[in-house]
Amino acid sequence: MNRIISRSLLLLAVLFLPLVSLAKEAPPKAPKTTPSVQEYTLDNGLKLLVKQDKRAPIAVVQIWYRVGTSYEHEGITGLSHALEHMMFKGTKTHKSGQFEVILSENGARNNAFTSQDYTAYYEVLANDRIEVALALEADRMRNLILDPKEFKKEIEVVKEERRMRTDDNPVSSTREQFNAVAFMNSPYRAPVIGWMVDLETMKLDDLQDWYKKWYAPNNATLVIVGDVEPEKIKILVDKYFAQIPKGELPEVKLRTEVKQFGARYLKVKLPAKVASLRMGFKTPGMIDAIKAVKGQPKVEQWEPYALEVLATILDGGSSARLAKNLVRGQEIAVGVGAGYYGFGRLSDLFVLSGTPAKGTTVMQLKDALLKEIQKLKDTLVTADELKRVKAQVIASEVYERDSIEHIATLLGSLEATGIGYQLMDAYVPQVLAVTPEQIQTVAKKYLINDHLTVAELIPQALKKASDKPAGDAK
Amino acid sequence: MKIIKHPIRTIFLIIALTASTLSLAAPKIQNWTTENGLSVYYVHVPELPMINLRLTFDAGSARDGKNFGVAGLTAAMLDSGTKDLNADQLAEAFESVGAEFSSSSARDMASISLRTLTLPDEQKKAIDTWMDVIKNSAFPDKDFQRLIKQSLVGLEAEKQSPAAIASKAFYQHLYGDHPYAFPQNGNESTIKAMKVDDVKAYYARYFVAKNGQLAIVGAIKRTEAETLAKQIARTLKAGEKAQAIPAVKPLQTSETLHIDFPSSQSHIMIGQPGTKRGDNDYFALYLGNHGLGGSGFTSRLMKEVRVKRGLSYSVYSYFVSMREAGPFLLGLQTKNSQVEEAIKVATDVVKTFQKEGVSEAQLQASKINITGGFPLRTASNNDIIGYIAMIGFYGLPLDYLDTFTGTIDKISREEVMEAYKRRLHPDKFLTVIVGKKVKQVAHKDDKKEPTQ
Repeated sequence: MNRIISRSLLLLAVLFLPLVSLAKEAPPKAPKTTPSVQEYTLDNGLKLLVKQDKRAPIAVVQIWYRVGTSYEHEGITGLSHALEHMMFKGTKTHKSGQFEVILSENGARNNAFTSQDYTAYYEVLANDRIEVALALEADRMRNLILDPKEFKKEIEVVKEERRMRTDDNPVSSTREQFNAVAFMNSPYRAPVIGWMVDLETMKLDDLQDWYKKWYAPNNATLVIVGDVEPEKIKILVDKYFAQIPKGELPEVKLRTEVKQFGARYLKVKLPAKVASLRMGFKTPGMIDAIKAVKGQPKVEQWEPYALEVLATILDGGSSARLAKNLVRGQEIAVGVGAGYYGFGRLSDLFVLSGTPAKGTTVMQLKDALLKEIQKLKDTLVTADELKRVKAQVIASEVYERDSIEHIATLLGSLEATGIGYQLMDAYVPQVLAVTPEQIQTVAKKYLINDHLTVAELIPQALKKASDKPAGDAK
Repeated sequence: MKIIKHPIRTIFLIIALTASTLSLAAPKIQNWTTENGLSVYYVHVPELPMINLRLTFDAGSARDGKNFGVAGLTAAMLDSGTKDLNADQLAEAFESVGAEFSSSSARDMASISLRTLTLPDEQKKAIDTWMDVIKNSAFPDKDFQRLIKQSLVGLEAEKQSPAAIASKAFYQHLYGDHPYAFPQNGNESTIKAMKVDDVKAYYARYFVAKNGQLAIVGAIKRTEAETLAKQIARTLKAGEKAQAIPAVKPLQTSETLHIDFPSSQSHIMIGQPGTKRGDNDYFALYLGNHGLGGSGFTSRLMKEVRVKRGLSYSVYSYFVSMREAGPFLLGLQTKNSQVEEAIKVATDVVKTFQKEGVSEAQLQASKINITGGFPLRTASNNDIIGYIAMIGFYGLPLDYLDTFTGTIDKISREEVMEAYKRRLHPDKFLTVIVGKKVKQVAHKDDKKEPTQ
């Protein structure tokens, strides 16, 4: 789940929770009671989404740029994320670090995160301080100063981040290599943080160029959720953003993943104590059902929802099949999960992962998981199971409204990936409409062994000093 | 998997809680005690059709005694079934009505939580099932044996994580023979020796009304909350409050522990015993730490270690306030060849801070951020239940949130400096390093990157 990277570990917990659940269960859910979201577009192309929630006198301001790892090419991986780090290093009118000082003085919490499909910056603050956040975000949309001295330090910080997240973590390293094997030409093969060699050769000019290309109002969505009046917000946003000229955006190449002609297996041997498994089937995304992709087979509108429900049948809590059959039942796994990555800009995977129980091999766990997939193809899911999934969907639609940050993040990510924020309102009815036959259909159609990639982490002895360091294959 | 608590998350929960202040809309906390001695903390939040419930008990790993890991196993066993329901049926009972059940344990506290919709049928089934768990947990041996096997794999996984190794060693060495030294997940020998009867006995002893508190937040009126609290209380035996745990002894000398590990980066934890709940110096230390290492990018540690030198992605300091003295903790991670430099820079920051103190301007900035940020921290029902569970558990005054801002605002620069001089002892810090020992690079700002 390392697809979204935040700038600071301090807010990791806060940030990761909503986003992980987005990436894994991806349930953007629709509050039915309120006329949900107000949408405005400025003349320069900046889209503004406002959603009112008056429970507390606060607001979250998020600005989303449609740029991330999937816009990069080989040799420059990690550029979007590195630029995100540099976005705090000052503008023509604010010196480095002043952003945080100003926001701190206003009682705000702020940070940023980068994923494969977007880079987003946010502030959470009292609703009478929104203007402070808007002024700063408008400023750094166009006026960033990229200073070589600052970059020299910051790129070291990014390398430390990579060591911490990936190189010294065998499960993360496995996931990184798994993605690079599962995808041949899709940009989803690259890690968000970038390959170490690309970080080492990254130049300030690369960042400058990247900033100039992508940081423009017509490539951004501003999301504001909280105790706000949409009409007043519109006036404030105009005040700070309307004068920013439209940018000339580069063409985004399709880069649709080539067809897979047979299962792929990889072994990852790293210093570790516990074996683990990650496997994924190529599946279409929500985006493929919305926008036909040239040269790709048609995806029915209901298919992504059926895959979503299928994932919940397998891993929607402790009563779902994987926990029930593999963790309890057969006691073959100590932990196991399934998730449909269906909410990206490009098609992605249906992922199964797990840690085998003592005395079980990774390949036995793989077989047990494939058996569960086979069951879905052979037998219709029961009415009770489907009822349980639907009850959970209805409940989490309410629970999710407890966090305005979560709601804002859903809106922003749906918009930034091109799926469209309207999905938030469409999601629940579409999930509720899924039938057992549709689940069986997508299982047969997409969860096929020729489209599978399997990675096995094979633990190697944790050797002591003077041996090679873990992780970094350099 | 969702129920598993990540240690980092817990740490940040503590920060969020201690960072609480109030100037505006403080949640109105009501408190009463049921007939059999269960203390109830309640906040009415009518906006969303949902209820959060949390029972907290003085039943964290500090109560493990010689059975290291028993607190964690007890909390983890609570989803394994009741007299009438096996684990599958129990999970089904909650999830079929969209309810979320969880249980967890930390060093001081163990908790059992529920989130449910207020639709009548759903609410009833969810709460009835929850009470069934509390009253009739069966602790089946079959499930227990499975949990033991899972725990052993979990202990193996700790050994491949430099962060987990560092944290375990830090608490062990900081606390010596004090119960806060106990490894929360136990160790191989204690886990293997554990019997299901140990867990049953632990539950019977500590999960009792007089050793617990109930927190209720959500769309439920006071009268209904009272009825509900009464019902929940009846599922618990009155029991006895847990005995006080001993006071924490200060460190006598500085100590550095370097654990060899084949990682590219070293994880460093530096600290000493810090403050307990209700400590007179707590607010001054908390306020000072905001500028030292508690405020992210505006803190001195972040500026010196990360921004100026690029030594670490994350660097922070904080006081974990616990029943007895929790740690003052400074943490960072840096590539192995920079360990000495990073430790020197970080401890110099602490020493300078202690010597020169905080400027009036910095103090004001900290005060504004702490007090101005208050409404962000009580915005959700989840936030509120976290606060009131903490207030209840530690017996803090009901107006704790209402007075926090005022207390912070009144603290002077001199009081902060004085507290830091008296309470922080950089000459007696414990330093834990987990990583590969390699030749250190010179402490130069514009050094050339050495190749590994």
